[in-house]
Amino acid sequence: MIGNFPYLVVGILFVMGFIGLVFERNLVKIAIAMSVIEAATNLFIITLGYRTGGSIPVWTMAGGGSSRMVLPTPQALTLTAIVIGLATTALMLSFIMMIYRHYGSLDVRDIRRLRG
Amino acid sequence: MNPLSVVARTVCNLFAWFLAIFGIYVIVHGHLTPGGGFQGGAVVATFMAFLLVAHGGEKMQSWVRKDRFTLMECFGLTLFISAGLLGMSKTFFFNFLAKAGGVFGGVLPIGPNAGALNTSGTIALMNLSVGIEVVGGLSMILLYMFSAAHPQEPMGREESGHDR
Amino acid sequence: MNWLDHLPALMLAVPLFGAFIAPLTAWGGKGLRNAWFLLVSVVFSVLAILLWSRVGAAGPLIYVMGGQGWNIALPSGISIPVRILMEIDAFSAFMVLLGAVASLAGAVFSVAYMDRFSGMEKFVALYFLMVTGMFGMEVTGDFFNFFVFLEISSVASFGLVAFWRDRGEALEAAFKYMLVSSLGAMMVLLAVAFLYSRYNVVNMATLGKVIEWGMVEKTALVLFLTALAMKCGSVPMHMWMPDAYAEAPAGVTCALIAVSQASLYGLFRVCFTIYGAFMGSPVIPWVIIILGILSMFIGVSMAVIQKEVGRLIAYHSVSQVGYMLLGFGVGLLALGDARAMADYGFTALKGGVFHIVNYTMYKGLLFLAAGALFYATGSRNLNEMGGLARRMPKTMVLFMIAAAAIAGLPPFNGFVSKLLIYESSFAVHPILAVFAMVTSVLTLASFVKIFQTAFLGPELKKFAGVKEVPGAMLVGMTVLAVAIIGLSLFPTWSLNNLVEPAAKALMDQTSYIGAVFAAAATGGGL
Repeated sequence: MIGNFPYLVVGILFVMGFIGLVFERNLVKIAIAMSVIEAATNLFIITLGYRTGGSIPVWTMAGGGSSRMVLPTPQALTLTAIVIGLATTALMLSFIMMIYRHYGSLDVRDIRRLRG
Repeated sequence: MNPLSVVARTVCNLFAWFLAIFGIYVIVHGHLTPGGGFQGGAVVATFMAFLLVAHGGEKMQSWVRKDRFTLMECFGLTLFISAGLLGMSKTFFFNFLAKAGGVFGGVLPIGPNAGALNTSGTIALMNLSVGIEVVGGLSMILLYMFSAAHPQEPMGREESGHDR
Repeated sequence: MNWLDHLPALMLAVPLFGAFIAPLTAWGGKGLRNAWFLLVSVVFSVLAILLWSRVGAAGPLIYVMGGQGWNIALPSGISIPVRILMEIDAFSAFMVLLGAVASLAGAVFSVAYMDRFSGMEKFVALYFLMVTGMFGMEVTGDFFNFFVFLEISSVASFGLVAFWRDRGEALEAAFKYMLVSSLGAMMVLLAVAFLYSRYNVVNMATLGKVIEWGMVEKTALVLFLTALAMKCGSVPMHMWMPDAYAEAPAGVTCALIAVSQASLYGLFRVCFTIYGAFMGSPVIPWVIIILGILSMFIGVSMAVIQKEVGRLIAYHSVSQVGYMLLGFGVGLLALGDARAMADYGFTALKGGVFHIVNYTMYKGLLFLAAGALFYATGSRNLNEMGGLARRMPKTMVLFMIAAAAIAGLPPFNGFVSKLLIYESSFAVHPILAVFAMVTSVLTLASFVKIFQTAFLGPELKKFAGVKEVPGAMLVGMTVLAVAIIGLSLFPTWSLNNLVEPAAKALMDQTSYIGAVFAAAATGGGL
């Protein structure tokens, strides 16, 4: 049961992020919701990488031949996803700044020149 | 963004250098310890963030030039892709420097040991190049975001020619 | 060692190198930058042709990044590929080829079209990054890299859509596109994580080999389907598409079409190659078919009422994506049933694949022509245009070719692919073919409308000074027009040499999987 707890957290975070993305009206809050979704995804992958009794996959720190090193793929995936997330978030915040300069508002209801 | 008080500025001036040195440590030990080019580069870029917060943007913009950072970014990325292309005798990204002697080509004994800095071939080289790239890129993001957040400041000349 | 063995890696390295050098060309002036833009585009187009012909001759290629040799997928004693693996079968090579042609046309067009704007070295860098991402999605052999390249192409294209950042609408469109795309990318990552949690691999061929049909796989499939359908502009989440396509600079839109086709490629790679044999239940194929029908119909009916040229054409993109989804959905429905496959499934796949190439070519040309109209007149609104036929005769001819092709008039390539799709979907249910034909008629109607308002009629006084657009733009459009005419004049050749290998590769799950594991047997250990 306790082993499944991280997955529950991931699920709750993802749903919260999604709700924020769909129902929030402030652009900055939408960006935060997007980051929460990213965090949930990264947490999910990290959780998948956990193996009971495994040691870190750094050869010089593994502490002797007796312990088994975990496969570092999920960590590598998460690092890459974090890097990409950083780029996306930076770009999203820049867009929000420039949208604010054009429309004078951060409310999605005011930013609707493109429709139909 | 206004400059902070003199106490805050002095502390930031001092500790920014520690940040930079720690970041460089993380970059060059990328193949031995957790971390690497991106993480170390992000730490070094906080050097810029520190000074930006402490001294305010106007002063910062007069100290640094954005095109230097572009140059840094391009240099890092080109180094990275060249390291990949030079391995082309076997495959793209082949580690041609490993165990070849020299700065990157040290050989480690098999078994648990403390590791040595001059090992791992192109991995260390790529960490370095990614580090350079991320320092340039993140510093540029910080500076551009600052100048975009303050529309009363004139935008950089190279960006102002959009005529539509 | 043959350098042609390295083609898959060069396919990514060349545009990437182009992107990294591009900001430096700012110091060399306009001429150097344009020369670099064109040189790199031509080089990757040539590489794409070489790659395509090599795959056509030798079957699926693999490439191991950083390995001892390019074909050692499984070093000694390891049963799953651990390195970064690229795998190119005929379908991937086909997508790379047409992506390269569309990008080349967009690049040549942009040289003149974007000439008066500053910050062009960044435009070039972003353009090449987008192209790298697109090629990466198409040549990669594992899902994680698929995600990475998806994000590379998306992030670069957000920047390009918002390139005219002093237009609020462009920023708004880029933001919308960004939200849809980021959410889609996260869903892809979640799906990859689900598959990883079950099988501890992210390699496509290995997954295709070991996959079973269970709850985790169903979840992953639904996530993939949702995310990639969102990314390629299928109906429930299509609203980013008209905005982004209409607001991006025209040359970018031309490449952006090929980029969204790469998402479609991912969708079919997942459905056919990974799940393939397990797609026994008809639910997923029918979902794809219904998405296709809805996209066709809603897209075209929204297009008819538009006034802006760009948005009108962009809504047609939604409806054209519907045709491809319909074709592939019917093909998927027939998968696993040899008789149905021979009866109508293979025809549907051929139609779908042929429609991908046709769509990319004529839609790219339409957007470039719309860009040329905007360049010459400075207006996006159809109601303000008129009588441009005498002023811009060459643009008019090029536009006419593209419009005839998209409407499916008989001698043109659009007719062939649409006919294949009608024929096969009629075999599944007549109502599908009826929807497809009605859509085609409405498409014709709205292109007659554009043509009539923009080019025909009396010459307007305010357009008295309008001249034909510069030569580079015409050359960019001509690249695509030549492709369309070639596909139209030699339908048998293109069906046999371009389309059929790709459709066969899509059906042939075992050879895709076999390429990795057979190479291990011949390539030997470390």
